[in-house]
Amino acid sequence: MIRDYALLGVVLIIAAVILMIFPDRFDAVTTKSWKYFAEMMMILPAVMLILGLFTVLISKETVGKYLGKAAGIKGILLAIVFGALPTGPLYVAFPVAATLLKKGARISNVIVFLSAWACIKLPQEMVELQFLGLNFMASRLILTIVFVSLMGVAIEHMIEWSDKKAIGSKP
Amino acid sequence: MSSTAIFINIFAVGCIILAFIRDRAKTRQAFIIGLKSFFRILPIVLIVIVFIGLFLGLVQPSKISKIIGDQAGFGGIIFVALLGSILHIPALISFPLAASLLESEASITAVAVFITTLTMIGTITLPLEIKELGKKMALLRNGISFIIAIIIAVIIGSIL
Repeated sequence: MIRDYALLGVVLIIAAVILMIFPDRFDAVTTKSWKYFAEMMMILPAVMLILGLFTVLISKETVGKYLGKAAGIKGILLAIVFGALPTGPLYVAFPVAATLLKKGARISNVIVFLSAWACIKLPQEMVELQFLGLNFMASRLILTIVFVSLMGVAIEHMIEWSDKKAIGSKP
Repeated sequence: MSSTAIFINIFAVGCIILAFIRDRAKTRQAFIIGLKSFFRILPIVLIVIVFIGLFLGLVQPSKISKIIGDQAGFGGIIFVALLGSILHIPALISFPLAASLLESEASITAVAVFITTLTMIGTITLPLEIKELGKKMALLRNGISFIIAIIIAVIIGSIL
């Protein structure tokens, strides 16, 4: 974290030097930066609080318990909902997914869960709404849910098919 | 304040009130986690904002538009998709970045493919994914994600 703040200092110095070279662009650069800064600061504290709340209220164990036994459309929907809850970065999801597979969860559910965890997070959707608007955010969300579900089913079929072939070829 | 920002803040306040009624200790803990996450991500957010300012203030939109704009064609989309797959930027920050690309006349398709590949595909986390889930599943997931990210972006580009 201290490294990131040091990096920020370096970036600010570099920016200052660049602005000294192009003094006529000073207003353009600071206006743009300020606009994005204001837009971000209006939502970032709220987004981070929501993230904190879900991290505390919903544990990895809860996710595993519900997702382990659900199947079919219900399984895929649950996988999307649990994946979308803000419960940590993607590398936290891999061990959860591995445990789910060991406990016999459907491959499609696990794939959908991982993909939802990666790209349909609630805090992310809020920032997307703020910066890119409702139409962009909603259409990308719906398309992602549809295609990620299809991918889950497709990968499940591929893996089961290749496993069957592997078992069949061994005498 | 925009209506979106107001909505998000009201939602957050509502969640906090509900959580506080149900469990005070956990809500306090959530506050601390939220505060810590805020200060952890803050320097990266500020760095990106400085970059966006320099980018929008110094680079002419016509140059961006030539590489990843409407006239750039499918090659531009593939280029952005590869960039999004390799880069490891926190998703939260990818949205202001994407907005600044749109402002400098990148195409909607290019911006959508950038965000989707950035979040869905993890080249840096791939070794860990292989270790936990096996080569077959990890490679299939990331590979197919690359293709569907492009399909999703092309559809978004054609409807918006």
